[in-house]
Amino acid sequence: MDAILLQILNGLDKGSAYALIALGLTLIFGTLGVVNFAHGALFMIGAFCTVVVNGLLSLERVTLSETETNPWGEPLEIRVQYAELWFGDFGQLMVDYSVFWSLLFVIPAMLLIGIAMERGLIKHFYKRPHADQILVTFGLAIVLQEIIKQIFGANPIPQPAPDALRGAVDVGAALGLSPGSIIYPIWRLVYFLFAALIIGGVFAFLRFTTFGMVVRAGMADRETVGLLGIDIDKRFTAMFGIAAVVTGLAGAMYTPILSPNYHMGMDFLVLCFVVVVVGGMGSLPGAVAAGFLLGVLQSFASMTQVKALFFGFSIDQVIIYLVAVIILLTRPRGLMGRKGVMET
Amino acid sequence: MSILEVQGVNKRFGGLAALDDVNLSVRENTIHAIIGPNGAGKSTLLNCLVGKLIPDSGTVTFGGRSLIGLKPYEINQLGVSRVFQTPEVFSDLTILENLMIPALASRDGAFKLSPFKYLGKEADIRYQSERILEDVGLIDQRHLLASSMSRGNKRRLEMAMCLVQSPKLLLLDEPTAGMSRADTNNTIELLRTISEAHNITFVVIEHDMHVVFSLADRISVLSQGHVIVEDDPQNIKGHPKVQEAYLGTVESEG
Amino acid sequence: MLAKLLNNKDTMLVIVFSLVVLAAPLLLAPLGAGYPDLMQRFAIFGIFAIGFNILFGLTGYLSFGHAAFLGVGSYSAVWMFKLLSVNIVPAILLSVLISGLFALVIGYVSLKRSGIYFSILTLAFAQMSFNLAYSVLTPITNGETGLQLALDDPRVLDGASTEGVLPSPQLFGLEMNDTAQVPFLGMELQFNVGFYICALILIAAFFISLRIFRSSFGMMLRAVKSNQTRLNYTGINTKPYTLAAFVISGMYAGLAGGLMASMDPLAGAERMQWTASGEVVLMTIMGGAGSLLGPVLGAAIIKYFENIFSRINDNVIEAWFTFLPDWLGDILVTLISPFVGKGWHLSLGLIFMLVVIFLPGGLVEGAQRVSRWTVRSVKRLQHSEPGSSKSLEPGETH
Repeated sequence: MDAILLQILNGLDKGSAYALIALGLTLIFGTLGVVNFAHGALFMIGAFCTVVVNGLLSLERVTLSETETNPWGEPLEIRVQYAELWFGDFGQLMVDYSVFWSLLFVIPAMLLIGIAMERGLIKHFYKRPHADQILVTFGLAIVLQEIIKQIFGANPIPQPAPDALRGAVDVGAALGLSPGSIIYPIWRLVYFLFAALIIGGVFAFLRFTTFGMVVRAGMADRETVGLLGIDIDKRFTAMFGIAAVVTGLAGAMYTPILSPNYHMGMDFLVLCFVVVVVGGMGSLPGAVAAGFLLGVLQSFASMTQVKALFFGFSIDQVIIYLVAVIILLTRPRGLMGRKGVMET
Repeated sequence: MSILEVQGVNKRFGGLAALDDVNLSVRENTIHAIIGPNGAGKSTLLNCLVGKLIPDSGTVTFGGRSLIGLKPYEINQLGVSRVFQTPEVFSDLTILENLMIPALASRDGAFKLSPFKYLGKEADIRYQSERILEDVGLIDQRHLLASSMSRGNKRRLEMAMCLVQSPKLLLLDEPTAGMSRADTNNTIELLRTISEAHNITFVVIEHDMHVVFSLADRISVLSQGHVIVEDDPQNIKGHPKVQEAYLGTVESEG
Repeated sequence: MLAKLLNNKDTMLVIVFSLVVLAAPLLLAPLGAGYPDLMQRFAIFGIFAIGFNILFGLTGYLSFGHAAFLGVGSYSAVWMFKLLSVNIVPAILLSVLISGLFALVIGYVSLKRSGIYFSILTLAFAQMSFNLAYSVLTPITNGETGLQLALDDPRVLDGASTEGVLPSPQLFGLEMNDTAQVPFLGMELQFNVGFYICALILIAAFFISLRIFRSSFGMMLRAVKSNQTRLNYTGINTKPYTLAAFVISGMYAGLAGGLMASMDPLAGAERMQWTASGEVVLMTIMGGAGSLLGPVLGAAIIKYFENIFSRINDNVIEAWFTFLPDWLGDILVTLISPFVGKGWHLSLGLIFMLVVIFLPGGLVEGAQRVSRWTVRSVKRLQHSEPGSSKSLEPGETH
């Protein structure tokens, strides 16, 4: 029982990331009818935004001490972070919570990047064949990934979680199970709650605002909505921006769990495509549900008992693909797919 | 003798009964028209005949064989060809190639793996295709891409693609939709010649009464998923039920 | 008889193609690309792209997982070297066979869907194969390190003959890395056994692809791309046709993988990564998907530029600009250096985007457009009547 609960919890953080990325993907091809192979790059860019913000916040002023010397007799370097110098304790707090501060930067940055991407490139591909859309975004994914690699290097850059959220909590004790049975890192809980918040926000936005209503109508039948004299294109551009923000936020908050590297985008994208296919192309709830489902499944697959079932092979790397194959063979439209979406 | 028998076919979409106990009997070597107002279920019926839709209940038999559950290509292999409302041709291929594909399908079946035989050596297929192209008057354009044709010529091409298979039954979905009066008359002429020259049974779904009455040997009138009348053209014209279906209830307006 | 053969456009095409390929050491030497390793890569990726084109160019099904078949081919070949003999014949036969079986399974599942779904499914399968090879199946693939020959390999047929040294793959005694160096007009021409084996197989692969393009099977595949609905109502079962195309192109990829291992007997998981699948897509599109020569051309161009670009480093660029003032030279170096050397992939991505945006038909179509335009201009000058639309014999593609 404990072990199962632990695996479910373990799967939630990865599942949250899958769900958020898959949500963004589905928003984009539900509205624009474009499969965005550069979507993983948005996740990566979001992550690297926090790297930038963290780097800026922890810039240091270096002065030479007049009195103290280091063991080699040279004046000692005194390093003080500008943030601390200017804002005192609050400055330190700023550095410590840089992940959260970076979100303030991620939102406008991703919105801009998303809109620029749609207006600058993808817009010109609506009338081109699907293959062309896939190919051009695929090329863009390579370009973005290589740019990041040139700026930040090929090695992962570890990002700390805030001090207060760094440890682990005893979830077992909190649930009335034996203490110490389920120890869970706090940040992963934070990530899960954050993801739930974002997903809830997106659904509420689509459900309760006129903007969302038009977008949903457009997803169902673009032509008719266009005939009603509603400028659907502008809203779809905005939708692309929102999808970019969702994905960027997912990447930014994920940095304490996975140190950002230049290939994280594509690693996640391939899995998230599978998530979307399993959930059912074009279905937002399907994408979210499948994201969590596959995340948890992946964590179960890494259990030793499961490994034993498969003759000692660790199948957590391939379980998602196996499930995708089984689902596609039995339910070709995915768990919640609608008829006629993306079938040509 | 009847070649196509439809008995008690039902098809529902959600709560809507698109076809409600439809019966149809098409006699061999006749032109059988199915008419009816919009939403009467004509297209649904056609789709049930070609294997695109599977009826919820009822039987469809062609030459004594049940068609229920067969895939479109299997039904075609039995000798049923169809013409679409908007012509469906292979736009990226030449007109001659467009003809050779159905000819090969009739000769070789649904699948044949012969990747190394030159297409140029298929002399009989080519001869057969060119003869049909002569019949429909497209022989001079045979090396042009189908995408370069006018809509009317695409319709001709599609018809030729069906004829080259020498089908037993040819289904036409509004063959004159969107055509000018002159083109419509040409098409009627074409269909008449074909039906006289080959032993083909036609089922024509049509809106245009002019077309129906200049072509059909027999007419079924479909309304709200029912066949309300099946009779010869002269009996259909003044039939009160038909007028009712098209114009609403005559009595209440009178 | 001979005259009749030479009149046939296709025969001429094959003959010219063969002559160009066989003369590659001579033709490429002035370009600085005349060394065996690079020429082998031209031929191997040419085969890979020809095979990919049979699927994508004819049917329009865009697979993002073809690198998996290449990887499987490489692994099979290396295993054959380890277990049986370093002769490349059984190795290559096995790689074609195994990758064909692999393609049959993956194709059967992936072809249940079309369009975007199909692309995603093949991508997922390739990524799964990569993960399997990289970690799960380490006993078979030797994981991260890659599969290599070892002294204690059993090699049932020729294990005894090469005691003490690692053997290199050979064809009945002809070693792949044997090279005859011939001085010619001040250049060193390198005639390499491995390259000529690749070249002969490339010619055969090209010939087979030509026959497929000109057959009724090839026409059906083009019809699949053009209008599947019509095809279904024309009595054709499209699934076996597309599956056959998928398996054939998978076998081509396996052949390329087997050859790759024959030239250099090791196999690594990175050969199966999505970037590798993307590369063959790029080669095909760049040359011209659906055209006969395009994929080979694309493969050669990409591999040539990869070779040139990745060898350029900052010192080389500096040397170009020594005639400029220092500051201007520095700016140019900073501007260019991200795109060369290790930055080759950035250039690759950019080329990819530019080709898709501006030249979706690839170089072959671009060349046709230019030649049509020239012909038209010339005709206009001669005041003759406007050119008629193009006219094609059945089976002939453009």
